[in-house]
Amino acid sequence: MLTAQLPEFNVDRDEDRCIQCRVCERQCSFDVYGYDVQNNVMIHKEENCVACQRCAVLCPTNALVIKENAYTYKQNANWTREAISDLKKQSETGGVLLTGMGCDKPHKIYWDHILINASQVTNPSIDPLREPMELRTHLGRKPDSLEVKDGKLSFPDYPKVELSTPIMFGAMSYGAISYNSFKSLAQAAHEYGTLFNTGEGGWPKELRKYGSNTIVQCASGRFGIDLEYFNDAAMVEIKIGQGAKPGIGGHLPGEKVSEHISLTRMIPEGSDAISPAPHHDIYSIEDLQMLIHALKEATDYQKPISVKISAVHNSPAIASGMVRAGADIIVVDGLRGGTGAAPKILRDNVGIPIELALAAIDTRLRDEGIRNWASLVVSGGIRNAGDIFKAIALGADAVYVGTPALIALGCTVCQKCYTGKCAWGITTQDPYLTKRVNTEIGTQALVNLLRAWSLELKELLGCGGINSIESVRGNRLQLRGIGLESWEMETLGIRGAGQ
Amino acid sequence: MKDLSKVNNPYGDDKVISQCSIFGMMNTTGEVFSGKEIITAIRNMHERGNGLGGGFAIYGCYPDYPDDYCLQVMFDTRANREETEIYLKRFFHIQHSEEIPTCPTEVIKNPPDVYRYFVQPKVEELHEIISDDDIVIRRVMKINTTLDGAYVFSSGKNMGVFKGVGFPEEIADYFCLEQYDGYIWTAHGRFPTNTQGWWGGAHPFSLLDWTVVHNGEISSYGANRRFLEMYGYICTMHTDTEVVAYAIDLLARKHGLPVDTVMDIFSPPVWEQIDRMDPDDRKYFEVLRSTYGPLLLNGPFAVIIAHHGEMVAHTDRIRLRPMVAGIKGDMVYASSEESAIRLVSKDLEKVWIPVGGHPVIARLKELAKDDVVEGGRELLKAEGMEV
Ligand code: SF4
Ligand code: SF4
Repeated sequence: MLTAQLPEFNVDRDEDRCIQCRVCERQCSFDVYGYDVQNNVMIHKEENCVACQRCAVLCPTNALVIKENAYTYKQNANWTREAISDLKKQSETGGVLLTGMGCDKPHKIYWDHILINASQVTNPSIDPLREPMELRTHLGRKPDSLEVKDGKLSFPDYPKVELSTPIMFGAMSYGAISYNSFKSLAQAAHEYGTLFNTGEGGWPKELRKYGSNTIVQCASGRFGIDLEYFNDAAMVEIKIGQGAKPGIGGHLPGEKVSEHISLTRMIPEGSDAISPAPHHDIYSIEDLQMLIHALKEATDYQKPISVKISAVHNSPAIASGMVRAGADIIVVDGLRGGTGAAPKILRDNVGIPIELALAAIDTRLRDEGIRNWASLVVSGGIRNAGDIFKAIALGADAVYVGTPALIALGCTVCQKCYTGKCAWGITTQDPYLTKRVNTEIGTQALVNLLRAWSLELKELLGCGGINSIESVRGNRLQLRGIGLESWEMETLGIRGAGQ
Repeated sequence: MKDLSKVNNPYGDDKVISQCSIFGMMNTTGEVFSGKEIITAIRNMHERGNGLGGGFAIYGCYPDYPDDYCLQVMFDTRANREETEIYLKRFFHIQHSEEIPTCPTEVIKNPPDVYRYFVQPKVEELHEIISDDDIVIRRVMKINTTLDGAYVFSSGKNMGVFKGVGFPEEIADYFCLEQYDGYIWTAHGRFPTNTQGWWGGAHPFSLLDWTVVHNGEISSYGANRRFLEMYGYICTMHTDTEVVAYAIDLLARKHGLPVDTVMDIFSPPVWEQIDRMDPDDRKYFEVLRSTYGPLLLNGPFAVIIAHHGEMVAHTDRIRLRPMVAGIKGDMVYASSEESAIRLVSKDLEKVWIPVGGHPVIARLKELAKDDVVEGGRELLKAEGMEV
């Protein structure tokens, strides 16, 4: 059938440079390239191009430039090119539009409207290269008070996890991402002393040696779950929602369920792995309380239990309920949180930015005097150490990063994860593609990322005359807003720049 | 509700910032002595202040009323005083009251009226079971936050705070402090950068018999304050010293932790040091830091904290503000500058610069086996309870 779609990107090949080595053809997993043997030229099907840039990066002669197609409809602020092309796609297929990665709409990015303080004269800044600078973080419930009894300091011994830096890798399941990517995350978390999250797709046996650096998920599909799964991990997370698609579940198509994935998820090979939208045993807060306590029983009260929700309008009230239901850690994933596959309409329209949800939740828990009953972990749209510093100063204990970790592994945020054809070998199970992620190099890239961001966090602490991350946590006086309305600053609990 | 932060912090900055001189001296046998020496010592550090605040705390100065809470209150006007006295009479039995004697001088301008009241709380006014201390704190907070033109300097038993706008030696002259005797004295000279100076905002800061004189700027103020707010403390003054006073009240009085432990919470060792400790000590610090991490005082500070029986000199853990300690016989000294100690005590047995984050704690001999400890002390053993 004739499509009314125009190619989104153009492949611009410099024929003088091209040596017809056919690297681009082999690298492209979207079938853009072909080779005309008779004329010895490369040919293109541009309509297939997703601008993942794999070919351009690997082309030995730099002959390729992948560009946005310059075509234009009549300028229209309402009927944008994206709006027209989405509508045409739907009229041709009659289906829900799918996409990958986080929301790409220009909703206000609050991180970019927040500025950080520094010391001048009245207090000295601290040089992190010469003085100790502490990022170590503990997650889990904290006692309300300590007590001296019979000359001893007595305290309720709540389970906790220790992180060398307040940065963890967020949930990405084996199945959604390739084995090599998954293993790289596990190894990097282990090497740097932080945690990675298995997501809901089970946990391969041979990776359990990294248990003290692993968070396992218990999601609505309950894949790969048994007693050992919980007890081998450092922490257990109940997944209620995800920022990219609040309120809906997931679907891993049967063709991706290989033998190893089937073993890991504990489902038959080739069968669809479906995660229902809600947990069918959690229809209310008291049901959540029961699951939290069931998991505490299953782990003999030795593991902190976290609950992950997506940031929605009444997150503060929900978070308060979760804490009172016994969650040791609450995780909130914002509007810009990533995904392997989500309906575009949900990804771009449902949920709220993490900055606002985070500030509102931290404030609410403090108002209720229960902030120390649970740690607060946030995710969704964090791009650099500055965002992390701001998140912690707004009140987070630590952050999860997903997309940044994938970018470190090669991802270029082309948003085509849902196709299963990721040319960078990350969100695919095709063995020809998955070997593109080398676990040794991948692990090193992830460790480098953690190291670089940790060093930058130390610089940010030092410039503010602070030598421990706990003195930044919730310290909103270190922040000022710029270009914000007063309701926004009120929600964030910060003053304006110059105030 | 009156907005004290506006009085004390007219530009509405995050917090009141000041750099200072501090001095403390204690006789560990409990023998009282006059204010002559401390006035000499703090005058010697004149250059560290700018005349916008000075003050003193004296322990053991009211032996005639040892069991009554002594409320030392400043008033802007007579009407303010009369209104406050009606309030006081409603909640307290007033055993004795008087205007605090002053010796007016040319340099002290526009002083408020300062009175003292020796009181016992009226329990019959309450419908709940709380301690006398809590009643006093509640009423003091109420006066400070709601009654116009009234502010309570101090509220402990057998102790008092005297402070105002001026250099400390001028404040001492004004309140005739040479005539008082006490076994612990602390003093403060102030260099505020963002307040014009308000009598209530000078140091020492006090809650019950705890007093704090503070030199520094607490960079963790925002984090400390929000943690304390969760425990019901309202930081009305928007000054970092206030959070130190409230943190001590929470930790030492409400949670019953010894002062050594409180100091370990304010300036714990860094994690790398903790990692190298033996398991018991490691546990102790791990528990302290993970429970009370938000009360770690970060940024440059030196404080002298006192209450009956104990005087503590303490700095931040990388010692960004000066502190010198000295001992001569039963006398223990702490000061921003060594010269000030030497000026009043010629041949000290020991004088030293304490390691950053290691408190120097002087105690009454009758209360402790060591009357002075610094670092190296035995830490509490931490024992986890099942949950
Ligand atoms: S990779 Fe580069 S040089 Fe090789 S065929 Fe493709 S465009 Fe030509
Ligand atoms: S993971 Fe792969 S498919 Fe997904 S956005 Fe990144 S490069 Fe594209």
